[in-house]
Amino acid sequence: MKYVNHKSVIKRMNNRLIINRVFKTIFFIATLFALVTLGILFYRIITQGVGYLTPEFFQNFGSRFPAKAGIKAALVGSIWLMCVVAPVSLILGVGSAIYLEEYAKKNKLNDFIRMNISNLAGVPSVVFGLLGLTIFVRTLALGNSILAAGLTMSLLILPVIIVGAQEAIRSVPQDVREASYGMGATKWQTITKVVLPSAIPGILTGAILALSRAVGETAPLVVIGVPVIIQFLPENLLSQFTALPMQIYDWAKRPQQEFQYVASAGILVLMMFLLIMNSIAIFIRNKFQKRY
Amino acid sequence: MVQSLEKGSILQNESSSIVYNTQQLNLWYGNHHALKNIDLQIKENEVTAIIGPSGCGKSTYIKTLNRMVELVPTVKTSGQILYRERNIFDADYGVEELRTKVGMVFQKPNPFPKSIYDNIAYGPRIHGIKNKKILDEIVEKSLRGAAIWDEVKDRLNTNAYSLSGGQQQRICIARCLAIEPDVILMDEPTSALDPISTLKVEELIQELKQDYSIIIVTHNMQQAARISDRTAFFLNGEVVEFDDTDVIFSTPEDKRTEDYISGRFG
Repeated sequence: MKYVNHKSVIKRMNNRLIINRVFKTIFFIATLFALVTLGILFYRIITQGVGYLTPEFFQNFGSRFPAKAGIKAALVGSIWLMCVVAPVSLILGVGSAIYLEEYAKKNKLNDFIRMNISNLAGVPSVVFGLLGLTIFVRTLALGNSILAAGLTMSLLILPVIIVGAQEAIRSVPQDVREASYGMGATKWQTITKVVLPSAIPGILTGAILALSRAVGETAPLVVIGVPVIIQFLPENLLSQFTALPMQIYDWAKRPQQEFQYVASAGILVLMMFLLIMNSIAIFIRNKFQKRY
Repeated sequence: MVQSLEKGSILQNESSSIVYNTQQLNLWYGNHHALKNIDLQIKENEVTAIIGPSGCGKSTYIKTLNRMVELVPTVKTSGQILYRERNIFDADYGVEELRTKVGMVFQKPNPFPKSIYDNIAYGPRIHGIKNKKILDEIVEKSLRGAAIWDEVKDRLNTNAYSLSGGQQQRICIARCLAIEPDVILMDEPTSALDPISTLKVEELIQELKQDYSIIIVTHNMQQAARISDRTAFFLNGEVVEFDDTDVIFSTPEDKRTEDYISGRFG
């Protein structure tokens, strides 16, 4: 006796093919929805903002008059901010990931730590802002300086960098580690010469995403009390400053219609800033990948 | 078992030629007793083959000889292994020092994702050799030693991954020779290779034994018979029989060895 009745299989075939097609269409529409929304957003921002993207826009400080308002302080402030966030978060994040993956023993405490680092990545940024306000701004009396904001942002993105770096380190095959140990290499030599070179592209991918988040994040800066209108450039890490998302947020909430256009121009600058940052990271990543 | 103990006492008289003297070695993975009272003497400039069915502890044993087995966190050992008359489990015997003298070739070819040159130079470099001229010489000597120099001499800067599996394994052997070891441990070095590459590696092992003591774990009994001087048969974590390869394959003492060799199990 045969279990597969080929006649009824063929009869049902049509239905199966239809369902197949329906789902394909649904998924296509889902993708399209995201793309169209993004397209419309882009279109609006570009048409509104591009007129304000003049050389003066980059040379002027903030102003009460839309025509005189510029992004100089915010752009320079964001660059300063990244100069703190990138090294601090990368050194701490990659260091923690190396410890957790290569040195820490597999026990309950370390499992607990690993699990909670992932949980930390989901904590709202406002909470990190409050933490930064308490520790860096008040307790350590750094004020609303670049350093305080940079350290707060570093804390915010640290979990993302750690998790990304952990995954990159874990994806390095065990057998190349064994090859290295087998020749009498120490753990540190194995990490620097075998594990990290293979893991760096992955670590950088995580870092790109994390740093992009830090550039665009507004809430912690609001909580820390970063000012909006600043008529000078920061001189050192303890200077006051403002950042791109703060400036855009401030312009966007003003009542005058013209400021909406200025905000759009600010968004374009922020997007270009992100694009340049990502390009640099991708460039570094590809350079490392070419080595093998 | 009796046979191997007798052999052991004879061998101890000529201890200068003994590289590894394993005495009452026990090893546990957590609660699993993987090696039971192992006594084995391994002689200089010989190929010692370790055969046995899967899970008999032969890979565990060879990994204990350079303490690679300790990468598994739950491992516990008792007894001792004397390498050149010094217990490798001594607290002041660093694993790095041991592994500089005892090289290892693994089951799966595992070159680094670097150039052929950098793969071979890796060992000397980690041990502090920076002189480019010396490194060049080591690379050439090691690649010649592993019988792959002619195949790769024109592309030392290409990625080792671009080579075939058999070539990769010989690169791994060359990488192991580059630290100028005393003993080479091989953990099923041909199990991932095709017959022709296997033949090349086997020929290579025959040549290497002039200068090195080789301990090879193999699944393939014909291979053990072809290339080894002495063979140990492992079963369930114990050494059933250890003798000259000719004896093991022609007139084994133990019924279980005979059954295994004639293909009745395993």
